[in-house]
Amino acid sequence: MNNAAILGADPGWVILVKALLVFVVCVVLTLMSVWGERRIVARMQQRLGPNRVGKFGLLQALADGIKLALKEDLIPAAADKLVFVIAPIISATACFMSFAVIPLTGKVSFFGHQTIMQLTDLPVGVLYILAIASVGVYGIVLAGWSSGSTYPLLGGLRSSAQVISYEVAMGLSLVAVFIYSGSMSTSEIVAAQHHYWFAIVLFPSFVIYSISMVGETNRAPFDLAEAEGELVGGFHTEYSSLKFALFFLAEYVNIVAVSALATTLFLGGYHALPGLGFTESWLGGWFTLFWFFAKVVSFFFVFVWLRGTLPRLRYDQFMKFGWKVLIPSSLAWIMILATLRLMSAHNFPRMVIATFTVGVIIVIFLVLTLFDRAKIKLEENDVLPDLPAPSFPVPAIPGQSQITFVQRSEIND
Amino acid sequence: MLHQSLAFGQTATPEAVQFWVLAPVAVIAALGMLFMKKAVHSALLLAWVMITLAIFYIAQDALFLGIVQIVVYTGAVMMLFLFILMLVGVDASESLVENIKGQRAASVFAGLGLGGLLLSLAARASVNQPAIGLKIANQKGNVQSLASQLFTQYVWAFEVVSALLITAALGAMVLAHSTKPAVRNKQRDLSIARFRGKSLADAAGLPGSGVFAQHNAVDVPALLPDGSAAPTSISATLKARGDVISPTPFALEHSEEVEE
Repeated sequence: MNNAAILGADPGWVILVKALLVFVVCVVLTLMSVWGERRIVARMQQRLGPNRVGKFGLLQALADGIKLALKEDLIPAAADKLVFVIAPIISATACFMSFAVIPLTGKVSFFGHQTIMQLTDLPVGVLYILAIASVGVYGIVLAGWSSGSTYPLLGGLRSSAQVISYEVAMGLSLVAVFIYSGSMSTSEIVAAQHHYWFAIVLFPSFVIYSISMVGETNRAPFDLAEAEGELVGGFHTEYSSLKFALFFLAEYVNIVAVSALATTLFLGGYHALPGLGFTESWLGGWFTLFWFFAKVVSFFFVFVWLRGTLPRLRYDQFMKFGWKVLIPSSLAWIMILATLRLMSAHNFPRMVIATFTVGVIIVIFLVLTLFDRAKIKLEENDVLPDLPAPSFPVPAIPGQSQITFVQRSEIND
Repeated sequence: MLHQSLAFGQTATPEAVQFWVLAPVAVIAALGMLFMKKAVHSALLLAWVMITLAIFYIAQDALFLGIVQIVVYTGAVMMLFLFILMLVGVDASESLVENIKGQRAASVFAGLGLGGLLLSLAARASVNQPAIGLKIANQKGNVQSLASQLFTQYVWAFEVVSALLITAALGAMVLAHSTKPAVRNKQRDLSIARFRGKSLADAAGLPGSGVFAQHNAVDVPALLPDGSAAPTSISATLKARGDVISPTPFALEHSEEVEE
């Protein structure tokens, strides 16, 4: 009996309870992750972080939520009223929906009913998540456009361009998973990783997915849509009160959702760490939930770590990276992978496959070396033209009364 | 009557309910798309029509088609957004001036032609063609069956359509791309120019806007030590728009006394 059949046998009340659980888990995770992020970033910056509300400041996010709800709800006069109200609703609705197809546990007994903690199992589950993600971006773009002011519009435009570019890279990295597992259903992909995680077998895809998921969720260092230093708050500049809270919620649920997808596709989903497979049957199978969330939380930690470490990219660098590095390299990787799969499917001798692999590695190194050389040559040619050196004033040296003018050539000497 | 017609089409009740709820919504949204004044509203309604169609596909067991419909068309409408903003402008409303001669007649002709073509295609596929049913078509799995059709029988059409789409995308890029009259100076060039210019007064950057301790808005020029306004402290865009406030009301009244 496969997952789809097990889930098909669910009675209505089980489905309802599961839907409610997904919602509750997402909201609680958001509250915890806001607190966690602030504490971790604080530790990275030698501060304490929120530590007043509740034990260890655990209730800080809840307090912030109440504060936001009590604030005045403003709609700017220049805004397109209807779209302005719809935008945060789209954002917040879409982010929850992707959880429906993610398997959180293996087979468990749920109030005496044998089932899997997964709302539904689609044969095209991963594509469904992509579809939901592309609907979710509408929230950001519409918020930017409907605010009727410059910074949000710029933020919205950036975000739409960003998501279109990075979704291509993300989709291409998923193709490798589809090729290898022979399915687009999340549960079958998890089952296909019973022996080896795809993060190991398809390492390049894992790297590309990890990078593009940060771009997709508008997080540092790719948070160009709400770059505080440049765009005030970007797309949500004009939002306040609960509408702003909805965007906030959407951002964090999205982070958890892409982390959960990464866990499902590349880290073996709810399976235990290699060598600890015996733990999967603990607590009647419920222990797999621990493994799943442990992996999701470690992804979340990496998100925070990135935010604490890397400065924001400039917009043109970001686009260049997406289109000129991520997309071509994932295309090349898919070609190589497909060739390898075809070779093994047609029972090519091992020597041929090994030669092909070594050949590909050599070609990659050659291209990289040539690229580096060309870059060094370009840098050598890029020197300042020799213009007459200007003189400029420098502060007086102690004991010397006059301001002196120093020639540029003297400094260089 | 209604019941009979439904029975004739062999439509199960939940599907009928779904049809009578969503179909009017889709038609109204499609009409709204035509009659909306703002281009962005039209694009939004188009996205909504696409999502409704996707729900129809999914309800009829064409899961892959439905999901791909959302992925492709919402992405496409997003591109449309960008094109609207790039080509037409943020708050563009429709203009009824005909720029190309005979455009209306040509578009009516092309529209009728496309309609006829679609009608004949739909007729060819449905009239006197007994339906096989999705159960049989999906026997090897929805995705697998589609893939085997797409990459064997229809591979030529598939490739031609993709070539057409790439051509269209390139065409749109060419239309949207305006050549800049001159090469824009980069940050580095600007920095060099500041230090090699005649005066070093602005070497560290232009003065910020606002009057210290009185007003820090971007549309108020800074005051120079002699009390006059510094024109370089205001963004050129604001100046062009005429959005500049005089700093005089914020200046200290007896500047000479203060200096003493």
